[in-house]
Amino acid sequence: MDKLRGRAWKFGDGISTDHIAPGRLFHLRSNLPELAKHVLEDARPEFAAALQTGDFIVGGRNFGQGSSREHAPTIIKMAGVSAVIAKSFARIFFRNCINVGLPAIILDTDTIDERDELEMDLLAGKLVNLTKGATLSFPPLPKVMATILSEGGLVEHIKKHGDFKLD
Amino acid sequence: MGKTLSEKILSEHAGHNVRAGEFAVVCVDLVYVQDGTGPLTVRQLEKLGFKNVSSPERTIVFLDHAAPSPRQELSNDHKLLREFCQRSGAVLSDIGNGISHNVASEQYANPGTVIVGADSHTCTNGALCAFAVGMGSTDIAVAMALGHTWLRVPETWKVSVEGDFPRAVYAKDFMLHFIGTVKADGATYRALEFVGPAMDTLSMAGRLTISNMAVECGAKVGLFNSDEVTRNYLELLGRPQRYKPLRADPDAAYEKTLTFDVSSLEPMIACPHFVDNVKPVREAGSVAVHQVFIGTSSNGRLEDFQQAAAILKGKKVANGVRLLITPGSRKVLLDGLADGTFRTLAEAGGVITGPGCGACAGVHEGVLADGEVCVATQNRNFRGRMGNPHAFIYLASPATAAATAVTGRITDPREFL
Repeated sequence: MDKLRGRAWKFGDGISTDHIAPGRLFHLRSNLPELAKHVLEDARPEFAAALQTGDFIVGGRNFGQGSSREHAPTIIKMAGVSAVIAKSFARIFFRNCINVGLPAIILDTDTIDERDELEMDLLAGKLVNLTKGATLSFPPLPKVMATILSEGGLVEHIKKHGDFKLD
Repeated sequence: MGKTLSEKILSEHAGHNVRAGEFAVVCVDLVYVQDGTGPLTVRQLEKLGFKNVSSPERTIVFLDHAAPSPRQELSNDHKLLREFCQRSGAVLSDIGNGISHNVASEQYANPGTVIVGADSHTCTNGALCAFAVGMGSTDIAVAMALGHTWLRVPETWKVSVEGDFPRAVYAKDFMLHFIGTVKADGATYRALEFVGPAMDTLSMAGRLTISNMAVECGAKVGLFNSDEVTRNYLELLGRPQRYKPLRADPDAAYEKTLTFDVSSLEPMIACPHFVDNVKPVREAGSVAVHQVFIGTSSNGRLEDFQQAAAILKGKKVANGVRLLITPGSRKVLLDGLADGTFRTLAEAGGVITGPGCGACAGVHEGVLADGEVCVATQNRNFRGRMGNPHAFIYLASPATAAATAVTGRITDPREFL
């Protein structure tokens, strides 16, 4: 997998799926390109319009808490975000990220500032902060999730193997 | 070494012994979606190339979030789901039947089973000792097609609860206190087992409230023992044959044991905009309220409406306050009509809506205006939850909600009981 490169967009603790894909836009869930134009609107209204393809979302604790709506990571990916980095993730959101092929990386995000230029090597488990000249390490995903992610998501995984491939 | 409830249920569904920390493929007994997550599930099934679902009679499609549909896009989503049910043989639970989790408790959930649903509050039926977890649409599409899913067997926290609930203090108050204590991400990936005298004697409605909110502290599942309360509930709902006693082994390995005593607990409230921002109601300050909403998968059962009616009987909702009453299921509507509960609430000035999720998800039936304040019995108060990011949501018990509706300000229900 190629290295991912882009700028950091910082978010605080407890970003919920209601911030990412709010209930007032429930009617757009079958129109994901339109819903993606509003991604994270209720946390940072300027985000969707100013985001450049490849940029990273850098969150705090419990990123993605709340609903099971897979539309949330789907529109983050659709908007062009290369990966979500956070101190911790809510369980369902984390699993959904991997299922839709969006890397979700757990590491201490305190040293990353807004607009820092980042380069991520998923296989090596390294995040280089090019602005700060610092390298951060992150632990590998559980095997099954690493496989699903590397194959592009759960749909591709099941199409390839016909079932889950745990090992 | 003995097994926790999760290890027992998942071992049986994996076909071999599994322990906390292990990954396993487990068969599922019930799979469901709702109208917010179902359309994507159907599309993912098509992408996966699956023509059929593995067990149509155990695959349920609930129309509950936008029910009835308030706009054409959602009507089209409903149409897609109705056609899917016709095509696949999956069971359609149409508008008016009620919330997925509530109807699942009444009709489908059984002790010792594995339930997966495309809704985070699928954990509600942990109250019936089902390993019930929420997942995303694609995971659910695969579970529908293959009849199994993969899981990491969770570590378990034993939550031991002692004491008697004081007057005007309920399961909701305990769970808000619990979440305020362990915090919104405190129990991430863990299974919770609620045990001890205060849990053993709790009604099924109270258990369902607690299990429903397990996800609000990050837990994967919130389980109760399958015991006499479970047996009586299943008998009442017409499926006594599905009862089986189930509890963890005495020497099961817990990651942590937490002990609580409810005898000194007060009515609690979660303040905007986080579920773990919890304090006693009497410390919430003098907050004027525009809307009070009673219902949802947390507190939309008959017992909840009876608690509200006990306070609202013979009284009127304060000027300037809208009281929304949304039964969690058709059964609750019918039972509450039969015993006069909904008449009492309507006479007090309440608006009785059809069964469903109602105002909780911000789709319809009570979207808040800019700057407005709502006290709701639901499980989430995130910014924007009820359809407006400029509104403020407090979470509390039906009794606190009812007392607040009477005074127009956040009110401790002990003033009325």
